[in-house]
Amino acid sequence: MLLIVCPYCGARPELEFSYGGEAHVARPKDPASVSDAEWADYLYARSNPKGVHAERWRHTHGCARFFNALRDTLSDRFLATYRIGEKRPDLA
Amino acid sequence: MQRFSALSLIRHSLGGHLGWQPQWRSPEPKAEYDAVIVGAGGHGLGAAYYLAKEHGMRNIAVLEKGWLGGGNTGRNTTIIRSNYLYDESAALYDHALKLWENLSQELNYNVMFSQRGVMMLAHTVHDVQIFKRHVHANRANGVDNEWLTAEQAKEFCPPLHIGPGLRYPVLGAALQRRGGTARDDAVAWGYARAADALGVDIIQNCEVTAIRRGTAGGVEAVETSRGAIRTRRVGVSAAGNTSVVMAMAGLRMPLESYPLQALVSEPVKPMFPCVVMSNTIHAYISQSDKGELVIGAGMDAYVSYSQHGALHIPAQTLEAICELFPMFRRMRMLRNWGGIVDVTPDRSPILAKTEVAGLYVNCGWGTGGFKATPGAAHLLAWTIARDEPHPINAPFTIERFRDGVVIDEAAAAAVSH
Repeated sequence: MLLIVCPYCGARPELEFSYGGEAHVARPKDPASVSDAEWADYLYARSNPKGVHAERWRHTHGCARFFNALRDTLSDRFLATYRIGEKRPDLA
Repeated sequence: MQRFSALSLIRHSLGGHLGWQPQWRSPEPKAEYDAVIVGAGGHGLGAAYYLAKEHGMRNIAVLEKGWLGGGNTGRNTTIIRSNYLYDESAALYDHALKLWENLSQELNYNVMFSQRGVMMLAHTVHDVQIFKRHVHANRANGVDNEWLTAEQAKEFCPPLHIGPGLRYPVLGAALQRRGGTARDDAVAWGYARAADALGVDIIQNCEVTAIRRGTAGGVEAVETSRGAIRTRRVGVSAAGNTSVVMAMAGLRMPLESYPLQALVSEPVKPMFPCVVMSNTIHAYISQSDKGELVIGAGMDAYVSYSQHGALHIPAQTLEAICELFPMFRRMRMLRNWGGIVDVTPDRSPILAKTEVAGLYVNCGWGTGGFKATPGAAHLLAWTIARDEPHPINAPFTIERFRDGVVIDEAAAAAVSH
C-alpha cells in the first residue's frame, strides 16, 4: 500500500485517498470552437507515461481536499505532492 | 517442426527423451522484414502465425523486450468467455471463442482448452435485470448464455454457498457453457512454435526504442536495443506498454495502464468444476489443472507500470470468495502478482489501422485480453496484411472516440471485466 503525503494532513495510507487521474488536463476554454479531434484528445487521450506522472489525488477520508502529485509510475515512488493551484514542481 | 503425437512421445521415450529439438529458434535480427510485430505475447505471436499461414507473409519478426509470454499472457487468470452485451463485442469475442475450440489441433500443441462453463453470479435486482438482458442479447447474437436460479447455480457449482446469512445473496446466475479456461503459457508457446516453423523470427530481449517515419509520414524502420530494422509495416501488440510504443511514432492514445492483480492458492485435489465470477462483490475464481485456485483480483486505482500492487486489493477479493465459498476459508495463498493492463475509456479494445501509414495497433484489451488471444491475433494479421480491417474489427478504431461511436462495455458490465 502506498504512503501518500497529503499537503494538508501529512503522510497517510493509500486507503484514505481516491485517485483522480492525470493532472493539468485543461478543458478547452471555448469547447464549441475546437475540432472533434481536439475535443476527443481532451476527453480521452492521456499521456500515460512510464516515468514521472502528474496526477490528482483526493484525501477523501481525511481533509477531503484535492491535491496534485508527481509519482514515478515504474517504481510507484511519490516524488512530490503539491496543492491545487500551485505549479508543477521542477524536479531537476 | 517435430510434430507431437502419442507415437512421437513413445518413440522419444525409447531414446530417453534426448531427441527433442528446441521448439523455436533464437535468430539474430535481420536488417529488413516485410512486417514487424512489437510484443511476443499470445496476441503478437498469434498475429505472426496467421500472417505467415493465412496471408503468405514469411519475412516477419516478432520483437520482445523481455521473454515471450512474460507479460500479461503469463499473468492472467485464463478465463475464456464471449458473453458480451453489444453486437460488435459479441462478434469479436465469439470469433475468438470459435478459434479456441480448435486451437490445440490447429497448432499441434495442447493448450488445455477446457469448456467447463463460466458462471456469473447475480446478487442484486440490478444484477438480475442486466444479466437477463445479457442472456437475451447473447442469444440473439448466436452466443450461448442461459439463466440459472440460485439452486441451479448451486447444482452446477456445489461449493457455492447460497444459504441465508449472505451479505450479498445469490439471486441467480448467467451461465455460458462454452466458456472455460486454457493454459496461458501453452498458448504463447504453441503460437511461437507454429510461427517459427513457418519462418517467423522471434527475437527476445530486443526492445523497440524508436519508430522511424519517412518524409511521407509512413513507417520506415524501428530502432531496437539490437540495432535498426527496416520495415514498412509495424503491428503494435504491447498491452500495458502500448502508450509508450505509440508515442515513439508521435501518437497519443486513449489508454491508461493499471496494475491488475491475480493470485493462486496451494494446489489441492479437483473440487471446483467451473469458473465463477461475481462482478458485484468482485470475485473471479477457477481451479487450474495443477490444482491451484486461480483468483483474479481488481485493478489498483492508479496508473502504474510496476507489475505489482497493494495487498488490500486481493484481500478484498478473498473476503468475497470466503463469503461465497466457505470451504476455502482455511486455504493458503501461494503467489500474488500483477500485470499491466491498458484500459480504454469504453473498456473495448482498439484493433485498427492508425493515421500513420504502415502502423497498426492491437491494444486496450484492459482486464480481459487473454480470452481474445486467437481472435485478436487473427484479426490483427488480417488488418496488417490487407491494410484494412476485417468486418469484425472494423468498429474497434481509435477514431470511435472522436466520432462518438463508443462500444460501451464499461457501462454494460458495470465493473472491470
